[in-house]
Amino acid sequence: MISQFFVLSQRGDNIVFRDYRGEVAKGSAEIFFRKVKFWKEDGQEEAPPVFNVDGVNYFHVKVVGLLFVATTRVNVSPSLVLELLQRIARVIKDYLGVLSEDSLRKNFVLVYELLDEVIDFGYVQTTSTEVLKSYVFNEPIVVDAARLQPLGPAAIFMQGTKRMPGTAVTKSVVANEPGGRKREEIFVDIIEKISVTFSSSGYILTSEIDGTIQMKSYLSGNPEIRLALNEDLSIGRGGGTIYDYRSSSGSGAVILDDCNFHESVRLDSFDMDRTLSLVPPDGEFPVMNYRMTQEFKPPFRINCLIEEAGQLKAEVIIKVRAEFPSNITANTIAVQMPLPKYTTRASFELEPGAVGQRTDFKEANKKLEWGLKKIVGGSEHTLRAKLTFSQESHANLTKEAGPVSMTFTIPMYNVSRLQVKYLQIAKKSSSYNPYRWVRYVTQANSYVARI
Amino acid sequence: MAPPAQSQRSPSPSQPSGKSEVSDLKLQLRQLAGSRAPGVDDSKRELFKKVISYMTIGIDVSSLFGEMVMCSATSDIVLKKMCYLYVGNYAKVNPDLALLTINFLQRDCRDEDPMIRGLALRSLCSLRVANLVEYLVGPLGSGLKDSNSYVRMVAVMGVLKLYHISASTCIDADFPSILKHLMLHDSDTQVVANCLSALQEIWSAEASTSEEASREREALISKPFIYYLLNRIKEFCEWAQCLVLELVTKYVPSDSSEIFDIMNLLEDRLQHANGAVVLATIRVFLQLTLSMTDVHQQVYERIKAPLLTLVSSGSPEQSYAVLSHLHLLVMRAPYVFSSDYKHFYCQYNEPSYVKRLKLEMLTAVANESNTYEIVTELCEYAANVDIPIARESIRAVGKIALQQYDVNAIVDRLLQFLEMEKDYVTAEALVLVKDLLRKYPQWSHDCIAVVGNISSKNVQEPKAKAALIWMLGEYSQDMQDAPYVLESLVENWDEEHSAEVRLHLLTAMMKCFFKRPPETQSALGAALAAGIADFHQDVHDRALFYYRILRYNVSVAERVVNPPKQAVSVFADTQSSEIKDRIFDEFNSLSVLYQKPSYMFTDKEHRGPLEFADELGNLSIGEAANNVVPTQMVEENDKDLLLTTSEKEETKGSRNNGSAYSVPYDGSSTSVFASQTQIESAVSNPTLAGHSPQASFAIDDLLGLGIPAAPAVLSPPQLKLNTKAALDPSTFQQKWRQLPVALSQEISVSPQGVAALTAPQALLRHMQSHSIHCIASGGQSPNFKFFFFAQKFEESSNYLVECVINTSSAKAQVKIKADDQNTSQDFSTLFESALSKFGTS
Repeated sequence: MISQFFVLSQRGDNIVFRDYRGEVAKGSAEIFFRKVKFWKEDGQEEAPPVFNVDGVNYFHVKVVGLLFVATTRVNVSPSLVLELLQRIARVIKDYLGVLSEDSLRKNFVLVYELLDEVIDFGYVQTTSTEVLKSYVFNEPIVVDAARLQPLGPAAIFMQGTKRMPGTAVTKSVVANEPGGRKREEIFVDIIEKISVTFSSSGYILTSEIDGTIQMKSYLSGNPEIRLALNEDLSIGRGGGTIYDYRSSSGSGAVILDDCNFHESVRLDSFDMDRTLSLVPPDGEFPVMNYRMTQEFKPPFRINCLIEEAGQLKAEVIIKVRAEFPSNITANTIAVQMPLPKYTTRASFELEPGAVGQRTDFKEANKKLEWGLKKIVGGSEHTLRAKLTFSQESHANLTKEAGPVSMTFTIPMYNVSRLQVKYLQIAKKSSSYNPYRWVRYVTQANSYVARI
Repeated sequence: MAPPAQSQRSPSPSQPSGKSEVSDLKLQLRQLAGSRAPGVDDSKRELFKKVISYMTIGIDVSSLFGEMVMCSATSDIVLKKMCYLYVGNYAKVNPDLALLTINFLQRDCRDEDPMIRGLALRSLCSLRVANLVEYLVGPLGSGLKDSNSYVRMVAVMGVLKLYHISASTCIDADFPSILKHLMLHDSDTQVVANCLSALQEIWSAEASTSEEASREREALISKPFIYYLLNRIKEFCEWAQCLVLELVTKYVPSDSSEIFDIMNLLEDRLQHANGAVVLATIRVFLQLTLSMTDVHQQVYERIKAPLLTLVSSGSPEQSYAVLSHLHLLVMRAPYVFSSDYKHFYCQYNEPSYVKRLKLEMLTAVANESNTYEIVTELCEYAANVDIPIARESIRAVGKIALQQYDVNAIVDRLLQFLEMEKDYVTAEALVLVKDLLRKYPQWSHDCIAVVGNISSKNVQEPKAKAALIWMLGEYSQDMQDAPYVLESLVENWDEEHSAEVRLHLLTAMMKCFFKRPPETQSALGAALAAGIADFHQDVHDRALFYYRILRYNVSVAERVVNPPKQAVSVFADTQSSEIKDRIFDEFNSLSVLYQKPSYMFTDKEHRGPLEFADELGNLSIGEAANNVVPTQMVEENDKDLLLTTSEKEETKGSRNNGSAYSVPYDGSSTSVFASQTQIESAVSNPTLAGHSPQASFAIDDLLGLGIPAAPAVLSPPQLKLNTKAALDPSTFQQKWRQLPVALSQEISVSPQGVAALTAPQALLRHMQSHSIHCIASGGQSPNFKFFFFAQKFEESSNYLVECVINTSSAKAQVKIKADDQNTSQDFSTLFESALSKFGTS
């Protein structure tokens, strides 16, 4: 049970504010914002998603730079409230097509309308876009999506946050297209976020894949859908420890550690032929989340060397090698490395003929940054940096710098080998043939090489 | 709805400050109010939008109330909705104007479109104006009977809103029983769910004054109703499922086959993508199996994978909430998770609050087989750019060392830290080496060699400096230049700002003096002189004490200041086991995230439906919270790891009370109460809560409390009491409210009794030996307040006592209530005799 819900902009302005129970004083949004902004005096630490000020519990999630906040005085389930906030953001996005400060401001009356139906007197009524459709009457004012960002599977993950939910398209589920009729189509995205830690000798210390099969349906009449996955897919790694890498080598089977499913998914024949059947509700939702620690081939190898090069000087060499097929291209690659605290200057040397690369030395937090627009499979790139120190380093340089971390997006590639073998839509007529989009994306979650 | 009217931010140019715009709007609204021109609805929409946007950014537009109401005569549903929104926001501050809206809202409640009926009813109930409640009853009554489920859904919440505006109107209209009927018979599950939410709130609020409401509330967790919900659980939406699961947690099955049935039924809920459903299910599983150690352990194994999946899917915020719960489980049963330690490795981009949880989990799961890898990983973090996390990583390494696995390798690592030449690393490592030496004195040789090389000038943090000084004193015979290092520290006495360091310096000087008198004597003199002149009271006192005891007899001084020490076997934990159990009982709530039981952060009235309130609430609990740590920690053997921590202590024979978890299974009370009882009984049993063991043992001896439950000797009354009486706080509270005062008197307390009452626990223990149990206590000198209860031997007849002792007047005000009034006099005699013996026997 929550007391208030509000959305704040990055500057702390109220975009929407709904008080459901009148138990929490009106100034809560300001109290909240001050607390979040100045969590620790030094500004180093982020405020946790849940905290308590004078008996009021504040919950917040960050979505596209906006703060979605709920307050309550009751000792509720934090998962429920945080999940709800996330879900409210998703419902709003389903309606508006694009979720941004601008679209929210333009459509706040519609958002109020949604909020009235989603929550009554603090209790959740429904978060289903499908159900809400029959209660909500405002037409969304669609914000021009093209102006905001280029479309395409890669760009959608570009919003900086670590776990941006995959966005099929920026199209409202209710608004009609300019042309009049809605286009019959369905999007299925297989999004994998990978975490790998390499030891200083290049050995893989830990690796994990967190995957989601995300669906967004624009099909009219709610037809049933069958989604077939790899037949040799198995779930649960019986017996051995989870990090037993040997068990997976050899056979090409995809072994998930665990997975969970959306409510609408029926698993009647899942055990037999690995097929999920569902009637997709309107809007965007995760069909299945899965987790895998099975060994996989990391898409990038990172080599890093840091050496003294004379008095008050050192040299850093970072090599990145793409170990995926050459018909695949990774984009928006960023490599980061903390340098010794007493580094005053860094001069960079890129390989000859390098295009679409930029380098930077962040003075404030002593970080080296190397950005690459794209990396083609099979290629290798090197960065050399000459560092100047303000004081003699007496300890081992490798203890003062690193680790190297990397973020990237690789469209049309997934490391787990999990596949959607086919996507079957129950036919309404012989001429009914909606568009189906099945897309794969791999993204770095935490990709780290120690030095 | 609107944020504070006087926003502190200065309005930006795009946000008008108010006045002129509002009057402008007023004018335009007036013009449109009567108009029936085509397209007028569109212009109205635009105007309404403006009004609402002003409202949102905090401009007071309440002056438009009249115009808004006038414009609301429309069939346009979007307009209606905006108008309802506006009215709901300002009705409370404009009760007179709100009356204007009643009319059109009531009319809309009879509209033929169910959407309009529902919306109007919702707005009507959201006015929150007390003197308009009479207008609500009619529409609500028909709304509850509406053929459309949307209207019924709204009406049910409307009843709850009405209850909060005027409880009596709601009860008088008999709405709760209508809701109860709907809850049992409605075909729409959201209506059922809303009834459940509403009734839980209403009956919980009523339960304190109405016997019937409290019975109804109990009935919600009766077998037929729980089964009714469980059998339909998949028809409920995911949020309502959470509600149902929360209720199931409170249900006490009669036997184990029922437990398995419920678990099998809910098994697939663990695969739900909504974390809230999964956590609620896990809570049910954990609660159901508390008394079945083996199954409980299987549950841990079963829930591991779903929890890890939830942690790694979803937004960082959601995964934090789940991770906190995983953290709780890992801390309770680390060995279950020991092979999953890699999941607790920190990722470089995680926020500190996540890293902190993970570090604690890594520390907890370390065992023989994984310590090496975990410590290696932690050492990586020690060089981390995030300094607070680097510090905590080093502390984690130290804690693992103190857990005694593979100390050898760890000591090497710690010593490497000392050589890293980073201030904060050195500081943390020094503190750890000191703790390590207290536990493993055999390592002194290796450590001292390294510590000796550290220049005290490079150590600035008080804690680290104190640790270094302690080592210098303790091992001055092995450290060549210890006396001289200490001497130089004494010379800089005035520059040392930390009293802690100065205190340590005094003691270290003394120890050094006993071992190497000729080299230390003059420096000791200087230290004592500086200490006696110190402005800090403790430093001054200690210096003076050392000075005098040295003058009295040096060998006595040595025996006092530097007696042979025993190695510390276990360092005290920071949280008492009662607190931990209580947090566990509040699984899937904020308590887990805050790592505090709910009473520490929630006001009484918001603690949730089944929490007991009133005066009992904050008496003894606060005390239990302040109790520093049970000193004896239990050596963990794998078998009983899954028992509650307090049960473990019980098996060690330190408690003679009823088992902590026997209470929930008597069928009448719930786990929330169980944990309560646990805390109470812990308080009433000071062996658990001895913060200074010597002191409490001394009192024990004084009181001769070795004899359990001695019957009264002086004037043996006929009344025999049950030595193992049990009563849960809610029943106590209920009875206290219902029963009349049978006896009220003043009893004198002996001077010895007053003297012994320095700690209330002493009295609790004393009374318990007379079979009078404490259920809550509190207060501060001179006034202490206690609630006691006792039960007649072999009968369930209870005596309840409120006893207020004023130590300055040495009087106790006693109020006794009894189920059996006839025996209250006997009980009173017994109580008085027991009390009079306090401190004298």
